[in-house]
Amino acid sequence: MIRYPYKDIEFSPAPRPKKKYDPDFLIGLYRSMLRIRMIQEAIESRYHEDQMKSPIHLVIGQEATSVGVCAALRNTDQVYSSHRTQGNYLAKGGSLKAMLSELYCRLNGCAGSRGGSMHLLDKSVGYAGSSAIVAGSVPVTTGAAFSAQLLKKDQVNVVFFGDAATEEGAVWESLNFAALKSLPVIYICENNFYSVCSSLEVRQPGVDIYKKAEAFGLNSCRIDGSQVLHVYEAAREAVERAQSGGGPTFIESVAYRWRGHGGAGDDSASGYRDPEEVKAWQEFCPIEGLYKELVKQKQLDEVRKNSMKEEIQEEIQEAFEHAINSPNPEEKDLSTHVYSD
Amino acid sequence: MPWAEALLTSKAAGQEVTEEGRALSYVDALREALTLALELDPKVFVLGQGVNDSPGMFGVTTDLHKKFGTDRVFDTPLSEEGLTGICAGAALNGTRPVYLHNRPDFLLLTFNQLVSHAAKFHYIDNGQSNVPMVVWSAIGRGWGSGSQHSQAIQGFLLGVPGLKIIMPSTPYDAKGLMLSAIADNNPVLIFEHRWAMKTKGVVPEGIYHVPLGKGIYRRRGEDLTIVGTSHTLSLAIEAIDELSKEGISADVIDLRTLKPLDEEIIFESLKKTGKVLVVDTGPEMAGVCAEIGCLVAEKGFHDLRGPVRRIGLPDSPVPAGYTLEQFYFPDKNRIAKVIREMVSGT
Ligand SMILES: Cc1ncc(C[n+]2csc(CCOP(=O)(O)OP(=O)(O)O)c2C)c(N)n1
Repeated sequence: MIRYPYKDIEFSPAPRPKKKYDPDFLIGLYRSMLRIRMIQEAIESRYHEDQMKSPIHLVIGQEATSVGVCAALRNTDQVYSSHRTQGNYLAKGGSLKAMLSELYCRLNGCAGSRGGSMHLLDKSVGYAGSSAIVAGSVPVTTGAAFSAQLLKKDQVNVVFFGDAATEEGAVWESLNFAALKSLPVIYICENNFYSVCSSLEVRQPGVDIYKKAEAFGLNSCRIDGSQVLHVYEAAREAVERAQSGGGPTFIESVAYRWRGHGGAGDDSASGYRDPEEVKAWQEFCPIEGLYKELVKQKQLDEVRKNSMKEEIQEEIQEAFEHAINSPNPEEKDLSTHVYSD
Repeated sequence: MPWAEALLTSKAAGQEVTEEGRALSYVDALREALTLALELDPKVFVLGQGVNDSPGMFGVTTDLHKKFGTDRVFDTPLSEEGLTGICAGAALNGTRPVYLHNRPDFLLLTFNQLVSHAAKFHYIDNGQSNVPMVVWSAIGRGWGSGSQHSQAIQGFLLGVPGLKIIMPSTPYDAKGLMLSAIADNNPVLIFEHRWAMKTKGVVPEGIYHVPLGKGIYRRRGEDLTIVGTSHTLSLAIEAIDELSKEGISADVIDLRTLKPLDEEIIFESLKKTGKVLVVDTGPEMAGVCAEIGCLVAEKGFHDLRGPVRRIGLPDSPVPAGYTLEQFYFPDKNRIAKVIREMVSGT
């Protein structure tokens, strides 16, 4: 049984583009999604080797949300996320080498092997960090926005989290505060209908998530997270609002998680969701969708796609080699940074 | 695959149960306890994230909802604080909730309802109310669990009056203590350890209770007393068994519950050995090790023939990477080294 058919979802109208898209911009979006997909697949294909001794939460199927939002941000804008970090991190420009080193528990990992896949960060590009505690980053990002406001920094603050995070009280406490203080923050709720193996319907009584946020006084919408341009336009509007003192925005981006909650492969055979549902959503692949569109507009073709893939493959190969050949931390690295000097 | 878990699973598969009786895995023993409690008492209900997934939570709850219905065995929203209060309210009003969590780390979200509400009602209502609820969670370790998924927080809660705290180490105890916890009229916390949950042992059928506040000797010996719970105590047993080759022996006390604490058994053994090593899965500082160490110094001073030693976690967060982890967590060899030092008086 397909519990969550695509056609049943009512999306808010996507904001109109302000100007015609530059072809390079569109191809950039495509490349960024393709790159994330290929990195995820490469990690997945090597996970069984047991050398990446870290939990992984793949974002295959959900790439457009990361890419569309981050395309609307500047380097100086900040992103925080949940346990499902990799798409957000890569889309914001986080270093692939440092990420893979982190997954391989190496000293030069982006968190020096203290974090693993659930705690990536790359401050040089505004990817500020993440929390493995569901909803943990939501108040923290709200605090980042408060600080930006107080210090009069031109900085937009964005937090990514899942649908289940909205069951935590701290999310609503944060939304209330953000609306109260008109904070420059954007809440991106990536609704993929599942929390591990628990479907939305056993966790929430069917009230639209974005409408709840609206009731807290936030500009809110629900967008098609399989369409990167919808995501981009909604994020762009939210960024403008934040920059002009218009306060917080809540965006519910609906996209399906093609793989299991954690680890490699799809786990729907265990029975919590119908494998047919996974297949049905794969029809709405964000990457294929944009590719077809760009081919139709004669901005992209098979040859260009393949050379892009080759390039990315080379980058991935090199990053894996970098990670695998990097040094392990030593005992002396254990107790540094417990306190700040 | 979770590498460390895979290793343990293979170890458990090869584990021989030498005692007489029915051998059961730790997880099966826990599920049996829940099944018996649900059968016995219609007031018992079980809740937690994913308890009615097809594998069940860690296999502990597999298919319980099919047998007892989803009114009594149900999945929850991700609302740990609210649901802890909901359990407290339900318990105050005639039911017996058993709330299961994957990790103690998630209990940190519940401290308001747990510490300031559930633990207090019986006292502030002057004995007119009680809160018979069980909060169960499993301490993680390895596979990148890291600082937010492998915290052992029993020490933080030790100083909260009104709570009881259980830390089992064997399948037999896991079942008997779970049944005692559900039967108890107070909020009871059970902290399992994911690695202890990989073992098997002899488990009788039917209902039996392991009393709260009673420790047990796992080994008898002469040179020192080792006291603690859970996975770290199992490591200490491995260490002392190896040290028998060097002629070293110890009383090994598995406290099984930290609150109430079986002081008597500690002092009984101390009188004989004169030396105490406290081990715990949590931080050395201000936790279980510190409390028991202080207790021994305070009330057992005249029986002591050497300094109290403790083995727990250092005063730094748990790293995610396995290389750092191996320096962080105590293992059999590190425990053996401390035991040798204590015995030789160096
Ligand atoms: C407070 C807390 N409770 C439970 C968990 C265990 N857990 C980790 S991820 C997850 C599912 C979260 O689902 P959602 O927020 O929808 O994000 P998704 O995994 O779908 O991206 C759960 C229950 C946790 N990490 N933190």
